[in-house]
Amino acid sequence: MSMKWKTNNLLFIHITRVTAFLILALSIYLFFAGHNNPGGGFIGGLMLATSILLLYLTFDRRKINKMLPMNYANWIGAGILISLLTGLIGTIVGKPYLTQFFDYFTLPFFGEFELTTAVLFDFGIYLGVGGSALIIILAIAEDT
Amino acid sequence: MTNLVLLPLLIPVIMGAVLIFFSKNEKAQKIISGITMIALLIGSITLFIAVAVNGTLVMELGDWQPPYGIPLVIDRLAAFMLLVSAIVATSTLFFAFKTISPIRSRYFFYPFFFFLLTGINGSFMTGDLFNLFVFFEVMLISSYILMAHGSTNFQLRETFKYFVINLFASMLFLAGVAYIYAATGTLNFAHLGVRVAELGQDNILNVIAVLFIVVFGIKGGLFPLYFWLPRAYTGPPTAIAALFGGLLTKVGLYAIIRMFTVVFNHDPDFTHTVLLVMAAFTMILGVLGAVASYNYKSILAYHCISQYGYIMMGFSIFSPIAIAGAIYFIAHHSIVKTALFQFAGVTEKITGTSDLKKMGGVISSHPWLAWLFFITAMSLAGIPPLAGFFAKYPLVLGGLEEGNYIVVAVALFVGLLTLYSMIKIMKFVYWGKAKHDEERQKISVRKLLYSVAPLVILTVVIGFGAEPVLQFTTEIADEILDPTIYITSVLGE
Repeated sequence: MSMKWKTNNLLFIHITRVTAFLILALSIYLFFAGHNNPGGGFIGGLMLATSILLLYLTFDRRKINKMLPMNYANWIGAGILISLLTGLIGTIVGKPYLTQFFDYFTLPFFGEFELTTAVLFDFGIYLGVGGSALIIILAIAEDT
Repeated sequence: MTNLVLLPLLIPVIMGAVLIFFSKNEKAQKIISGITMIALLIGSITLFIAVAVNGTLVMELGDWQPPYGIPLVIDRLAAFMLLVSAIVATSTLFFAFKTISPIRSRYFFYPFFFFLLTGINGSFMTGDLFNLFVFFEVMLISSYILMAHGSTNFQLRETFKYFVINLFASMLFLAGVAYIYAATGTLNFAHLGVRVAELGQDNILNVIAVLFIVVFGIKGGLFPLYFWLPRAYTGPPTAIAALFGGLLTKVGLYAIIRMFTVVFNHDPDFTHTVLLVMAAFTMILGVLGAVASYNYKSILAYHCISQYGYIMMGFSIFSPIAIAGAIYFIAHHSIVKTALFQFAGVTEKITGTSDLKKMGGVISSHPWLAWLFFITAMSLAGIPPLAGFFAKYPLVLGGLEEGNYIVVAVALFVGLLTLYSMIKIMKFVYWGKAKHDEERQKISVRKLLYSVAPLVILTVVIGFGAEPVLQFTTEIADEILDPTIYITSVLGE
């Protein structure tokens, strides 16, 4: 790593503080859009990784580790578990594994709303992809 | 009832994910993975019995009907392979408990052990070509990690080669999938079988068939594509090498058996002759490598290759008795090879080296180890009444019945050389004067032998009980030689 990143670039830091959350919001939007439109757990997860990565680029690693004390390997584990256990819902009612269930509900404020088990499955992917992308990039970055 | 099918797939993957959370706690990892493994073994046995009694079990994932959805199909062959895989993996895991150092196990050894099993079991179960590719990748990614686990220089170098060659094979696999989809418009094995029969297997479909022979030949260690295997299998810790030698490459062979019975079964004069020639060369060149080598583990790795040749020979002769022999051979070889790799690990622990010329006289300090090795080695070489003899006998008989005299001669000659190189290990390592010092002679290996002993007993048992086992494998052979059974059980009438 060159010395360049260690200089206190005010503009960069202030823009990052805003942008990181904008990217995070976009990742959540993409995640929910994925059910019927382009998007989904995979892209959303990559976006999530990007937003956290931007923080890593701007502030140094030690600071982020203090701010976000998380073990990204656990994200992968949690993601796999959420996805696979969602699949088991079908087996409880005697349908094959991974069968999807959905229904329409009328919620206050949102109006008619579709709730499906596929979103839960996708959330597992979201976590898993985000976690593994972060692990890979951080491992390579550490290696210098 | 049909959800029983899921056990061999879901148990390892869910518990592998749970184990990620416990990566820093060695004791918890061992307890959880031990329980998981036993559950998996029980699940596989239950499934095996259910399939043996009721016939093929099919499950359509997500309730999508074939040929659109992805089915999991367990016929007798798949159930048999799942059982073998569970037995071998159980023994290896308990061996790993005592041999994988705590420093290594912190870096996700146990999770990836189970992800590897997920990939292997999934490849046995899936009824869809693209899904097979996915499970291959699950298996391969885990195997890259396990092979490089510990990061010694030798391991990293060999893993890199293994990684590149397998990536290339995966690329060809994907190209093959694309070609066959373009030609037939489906990827479901059963539906492919129907479509290929309608189109007639010639020209383009034969080219695709050869592409798949290349792909699975690379993964299954067949001539002339086995060059990555011997060194890759000598690098990693013994527990991992045992699992690779016993199970991993079998998946490639299983995929060949599946593809060339259900899908490409209309032109055996061409495809199976190609496979037979490859099998003959694999046998002879593999065993020559073993004869020339003086490294304990690398002898075993070269023997893996020549034994894969036997399995392919049995399959490509394509008569019921030879295929029954080949399937018996898969079980026999998985058990024996895993045991032999574990013996190599135990012996290395005692003598501190895997160079044959620096060892000697282990029998005087560790008689149990030496005698158990002797039984297993004789089984590999094919001495009756052990399992190895009954594995080779149907192959030779089938070959003679079909008039493939050359390949039978090769097989018998290779059997002789196998015996020679097993005797070589026996002579250099276990007989003669002890070359390891007093302190090393006192090392107790009894606990390590507990995980190997069941495998040795098993090879004796399926040797003496060859009649019922061969009867069962003959049933499997009859079932897979008639692809309509598979097709109707997936697609319905």
